[in-house]
Amino acid sequence: MSFHIDATVRARNLDVSLSLGQAETVAILGPNGAGKSTLLSVAAGLVRPDAGSARLGDQVLFNLDGGGRVWTPPHLRGTALLAQEPLLFPHLSVLENVAFGPRSAGASRAESRETARHWLAEVDATEFAGRKPGQLSGGQAQRVAVARALAASPELLLLDEPMSALDIHAAPHLRRLLKRVLSGRRALIITHDVLDALMLADRVIVMEKGRIVEEGATREVFRRPRSQFAAGLAGVNLMTGTVTEEGLRTFATAELPGLHVAGHLDDEAEPGQPGVAAFPPSAVSIFLDAAHGSPRNSFPVAITDLEPHGDHIRVRAGDLAADITPSASAELGLEPGSRVYFVVKATAVQVYAA
Amino acid sequence: MNFSGIPRWVYGLAVVGGLFVLLPLAAMVAKVNWAQFIPLVTSDSSLTALGLSLRTSAASTALCVVLGIPLALVLARRPFRGQRLLRAFVLLPLVLPPVVGGIALLYTFGRQGLLGKSLELAGIQIAFSTTAVVLAQTFVALPFLVVSLEGALRTAGNRYEAVAATLGARPTTILRRVTVPMVLPGLASGAVLSFARSLGEFGATLTFAGSLQGVTRTLPLEIYLQRETDADAAVALSLVLVAVAVIVVGLSYRRPHRADIPAEAAA
Repeated sequence: MSFHIDATVRARNLDVSLSLGQAETVAILGPNGAGKSTLLSVAAGLVRPDAGSARLGDQVLFNLDGGGRVWTPPHLRGTALLAQEPLLFPHLSVLENVAFGPRSAGASRAESRETARHWLAEVDATEFAGRKPGQLSGGQAQRVAVARALAASPELLLLDEPMSALDIHAAPHLRRLLKRVLSGRRALIITHDVLDALMLADRVIVMEKGRIVEEGATREVFRRPRSQFAAGLAGVNLMTGTVTEEGLRTFATAELPGLHVAGHLDDEAEPGQPGVAAFPPSAVSIFLDAAHGSPRNSFPVAITDLEPHGDHIRVRAGDLAADITPSASAELGLEPGSRVYFVVKATAVQVYAA
Repeated sequence: MNFSGIPRWVYGLAVVGGLFVLLPLAAMVAKVNWAQFIPLVTSDSSLTALGLSLRTSAASTALCVVLGIPLALVLARRPFRGQRLLRAFVLLPLVLPPVVGGIALLYTFGRQGLLGKSLELAGIQIAFSTTAVVLAQTFVALPFLVVSLEGALRTAGNRYEAVAATLGARPTTILRRVTVPMVLPGLASGAVLSFARSLGEFGATLTFAGSLQGVTRTLPLEIYLQRETDADAAVALSLVLVAVAVIVVGLSYRRPHRADIPAEAAA
């Protein structure tokens, strides 16, 4: 009983393949336009891919490969979709909204209402049963939407940034609720929030430009990010290149030429392998002149942005960031466009295989 | 007072526009022979015509709903080859002189018409019957329903339908429980416009259905006929038609309000 999807959507440059275990929740991370929502739409049957196949348990969702033309319409898939907005049917009461799934599956009115009451109780929304969706707050409506999706007893739950439209008070409540109801369930959840991934997901997938660029156990991905996006979420600087004896030879980027980064090699990293060098912004100091004397790295960069970050100032130069004190920033006279050196000790740099 | 952003001279022109509509109505009311009003509008021929008008308009409105919902859905929801052409043809009766529509219907359903010949063989005659009145009214009124509903469908989008599908609802269930209830205000105002247009239909009816008392002579035809012989009766009946139209349009433009739709209605 597993879920597997393999899909290509040329118009949206999507080409992914992924599998989910029986009771596994997987978080999909990635920048806007990476194709995350398209992937969910393909799984739900709302977008038809150009090629690929998908299977949920022993049911074929679609098979468009090798002359196959199997296509299961959305309502027969058992893949409930929860979007950013609750999208509760405005003309139905809360109870009728939650009863919609069971009713569509052929349950009697009484049975479907019974199921609806059960799920409303699960999400602490029993008191809203008689209300119209227009009378609910955003957080309340999203809880009802969760109940509605679960009442349809989906084999696979698809969540598309369910927390992103909520205010900061409603989000933690819904996150706790999702943690409770997602345990023991198969779900795919798109999120922009590290906290969501850590709390809700067993595994994360990072997508960029329609491809899966990184996947692994949630903790492992944030501890040792291999993609620029995951590194950003984990709050570390990441440089990609080839592993050497003493560190990493980076690929040239728009901001930096290819250069050698001295660092501490992971046990498993072999010279010649593709690898990454990671170091926290707090380990970076800024100098106006190139710092010499090993074992230090000195990267010539142009500052792009300065922003407050806790009681420090985060200085950004392209993909790299440094955290320095406000007094240091003032002393150096930093401003966007300044040409400076980011200096980091070799012992602060972790080099591992990509 | 809230800022409206409308230049003052616009109000002047708006008043002129309002008067342009109201003045002729007032002029007509001034011509009404009140002493004879009740006998004039309750005469046999008047009541027969009014009854026929209401019945045929109700029937053609129903037909507009049955044919118009599918047309609006097809036009609003998924682009296809020839969609613009289809829309243009569906809207054609809006700009076509009704008498031309009547002639077209005659060549379709008339005895020697495209379909009429076969229908004749099957023992069905449509032209110059009450059915013909309903068809003529539907022909001219259908675009009103389609335009109004297509707009409502486009505004609503299809995100709710997508959610309903992933919750396990079949396409027909989605149409019945989600799509139609959500565009009910648009459907209602489209139906009202269709009814009003049917009620006032004259040219296509006269051409295609003729003017047989009790069978095809609707109120507008009766008014036109009376105008030749009894101007007072024509004016009195005109007032009745205006009153019916005002009541219908007034009632239904007040009614549609989302929150008022009962939950059970769609269940």
